[in-house]
Amino acid sequence: MSFVVNLLAVVLMGFIVWWFWLSRPGVKQANASDVIEVVVENGVYTPAHIEVPQGRVVKLSFERRDPSPCAEKVVFSELDITVDLPVGEKTAVSTGPLAAGEYHFSCQMQMYRGSLVVR
Amino acid sequence: MTDKNIQLSIGSMSCAGCVASVERALRSVPGVEGAAVNFAEHTAGVSGNVTAQALIDAVVAAGYEAAELKGTDEEAEEKEAAEFAWYRSLLKKALVAGVIGAALFGMMLLGMMPSLEGGGRSFWAIVAVASLFVLIYSGGRFFTGAWKAFRGHNANMDTLIALGTGTAWAFSTVILIWPEIVPPQARHLYFEAAVIIIALINLGAALEMRARGKTSEAIRRLIGLQPKTARVVRDGKEIDVPIEQVGLNETLRVRPGEKIAVDGVIIEGHSNIDESMISGEPLPVEKNIGDEVVGGTLNKSGSFLFRATRIGADTALARIIEMVRQAQNSKPAIGRMVDKIAGVFVPVVLLIAVVTFLIWYNVGPEPKSAYVLLTTMTVLIIACPCALGLATPISIMVGVGKAAEYGVLIRHGEALQRAGQLTTVVLDKTGTVTEGRPTVTNLITSDGWDEAKLLSVAASIESGSEHPLAEAIVTAATTRGLALSRAEGFEAIAGHGVQARVDGRSVLFGNRRLMDDHSIELNALPDAAARLAANGETPMFLAVDGAAAGIVAVADPIKADSAAAIERLHKIGIRVVMLTGDNAATAAAVAKQVGIDEVIAEVLPADKSAKVAELQTGGEVVGMVGDGINDAPALARADVGFAIGTGTDVAIESADVTLMRGSLHGVADAIAISQATVRNIKQNLFGAFIYNSLGIPIAAGILFPLFGILLNPIVAGGAMAMSSLTVVTNANRLRLFKPEGAQA
Repeated sequence: MSFVVNLLAVVLMGFIVWWFWLSRPGVKQANASDVIEVVVENGVYTPAHIEVPQGRVVKLSFERRDPSPCAEKVVFSELDITVDLPVGEKTAVSTGPLAAGEYHFSCQMQMYRGSLVVR
Repeated sequence: MTDKNIQLSIGSMSCAGCVASVERALRSVPGVEGAAVNFAEHTAGVSGNVTAQALIDAVVAAGYEAAELKGTDEEAEEKEAAEFAWYRSLLKKALVAGVIGAALFGMMLLGMMPSLEGGGRSFWAIVAVASLFVLIYSGGRFFTGAWKAFRGHNANMDTLIALGTGTAWAFSTVILIWPEIVPPQARHLYFEAAVIIIALINLGAALEMRARGKTSEAIRRLIGLQPKTARVVRDGKEIDVPIEQVGLNETLRVRPGEKIAVDGVIIEGHSNIDESMISGEPLPVEKNIGDEVVGGTLNKSGSFLFRATRIGADTALARIIEMVRQAQNSKPAIGRMVDKIAGVFVPVVLLIAVVTFLIWYNVGPEPKSAYVLLTTMTVLIIACPCALGLATPISIMVGVGKAAEYGVLIRHGEALQRAGQLTTVVLDKTGTVTEGRPTVTNLITSDGWDEAKLLSVAASIESGSEHPLAEAIVTAATTRGLALSRAEGFEAIAGHGVQARVDGRSVLFGNRRLMDDHSIELNALPDAAARLAANGETPMFLAVDGAAAGIVAVADPIKADSAAAIERLHKIGIRVVMLTGDNAATAAAVAKQVGIDEVIAEVLPADKSAKVAELQTGGEVVGMVGDGINDAPALARADVGFAIGTGTDVAIESADVTLMRGSLHGVADAIAISQATVRNIKQNLFGAFIYNSLGIPIAAGILFPLFGILLNPIVAGGAMAMSSLTVVTNANRLRLFKPEGAQA
């Protein structure tokens, strides 16, 4: 019994490391001309990870449904963009043309998290 | 949920036929679902997923003018209403959980809880259902959020709360159904803990929300400057309309005692206007036809009409509000480092929880299952990444707002952080230390000349000059009612002065070198000139037909508060350097009067930036204060560039900081506020780090082997709820900060 419990705990730790750091969540593919709609609700951005082509302007539209103050801003730290998201509205955010790489966006407290994967 | 509805004011629509072309321009913008132009009101309503700027660009491209009709007021009210609704909902959730939790807790303290073995299972079953109700009603969002985050390979606060309270409830329910799976002494149920934790977290979030509201007080105060209605003249009638309905180029009436609604130009009447709220200028400013008026300022005396030139988001006030807002949103380097930690925090806490479980399971005392559950749950509940994430932005928000109260507009958080580290402040002279408005200060005459004649000839020759000092001399002559003659054969001799013929006589006007070049006998004048220069005045010699006529001395008065402001900088250990294109003697005299440590004079505007760079190479952290136009390269080069603004020119691109009040006190205020803000951020970060790095090990039971102390999960829940609130409350203390020696 004790061995099984220990084994399960170690497996759980491995799972935590794998799930949150090593494995990649599903990425939504988007065309350059699309306005990508992102819903802000229940502690998550949906979709949270978006793949876009490089060298193009990225247009996002954040629809904040969560009135919690955690959701009130979206911060693209690498791009130095911070935008207020009024509750119940769609707020447009557009970036300049992006070079290949991963650009994170999050709430101010890093609880809502997402990324733009530019390829 | 619908897409945005945007209202625009459309200018330059001369006929009803324009309606179709404006509508066509609007509909051509991608994302627009509908557009309708109202010709009578010169407005357009547009729906769709589109930005106002894209619409404005399209209308302008079609040959019309446009501006967004959205009061900052309206936005703020919407935000406040949404926040209040959320605050009430949090309180309601806290109340429901609190009442049930307090009842359970009270019964437990009074020993009224029946034991599982003693036939209390039915009672506990009711408690299990009641607490499940609380978890769903008051804590449902944590579970939904945790699940959604998990699916997105993310973990957040919700994950910790849901796991902590969910485990407590699930474990207790399992014990309730199958008590025999654990020894009798381990049959403790944690329903009340789960319920009270949910109550405390909701209460903490509600209080945090209230405290957060106060952090944006500065913005609200700025928004409050804007009146809600305006009196427009339409079809010859004056009518009051909501400010959002004022169109571009409309005529507005302002009566004494009323606030000016939008920016514009006076077209009829005159008045004295109190602009202190925007420019900090304490005395009312006289305004006549053709003068600009600024929205949000107060009309003190006369009634006048003005034409609206900037409305909605384009007014000076709206731009100030936007600039403060953007700065409040920006994050300095200190915050980015913390973000990296906050980003991995929750999964690390999950790992620590599993390690805690393993340690207690393998080496903990009996009853193991009770200890394992208690410690693991407490670790999950006590950890608070929110306090870490909030520490920097919440203080920046208050600090930037506080600076705005003192007329100091900070462009980004990085400048706010950097200002407190300055070791040297470099000042431009004209317009920065001095008023930037030279006036004639002294007239010294030779034998046979009087002051009026001297000034009249000097003004006559200077009336053809473009030199900045020439304007002062001409103004002095016209103020005294002196008649000016025509200057013929005018010639400017660079670096020396001017020569021309006035009333048929040969006139020379300029510096000592000009006189020497023409071998003019100056007699006692050079002594007088030296005395004037030592006093900070610029002496100019006048010679007529080869003989000295006298000296006209011009000085740019030093701002009344420059010396006091420089003294404040000295007090905080900052070296003050003056960098000017003026001659060394005058610059030294001005520097002496205001207590400047070092003067670098006769520097061409283009070389100022190199001088700043030199100081930086010497290890100094340099703040440059200048006018934002001539000094732009030096401002950009400096570690922090301060532009001296006056009134409406709020968004000086080259500067990190704009001093709206045109006073050097703003530099000292900015530095003091920066230091206070960085101190506040450090306190927040220290508190949040200490809280988590002490709290988590204690929750894991590190004190148990030595002192037998284990943290109650309810206490952990309370501590967690309070940690974010403490950070916000500490940031709010900044609102009470007053820079030492500040003028406001």
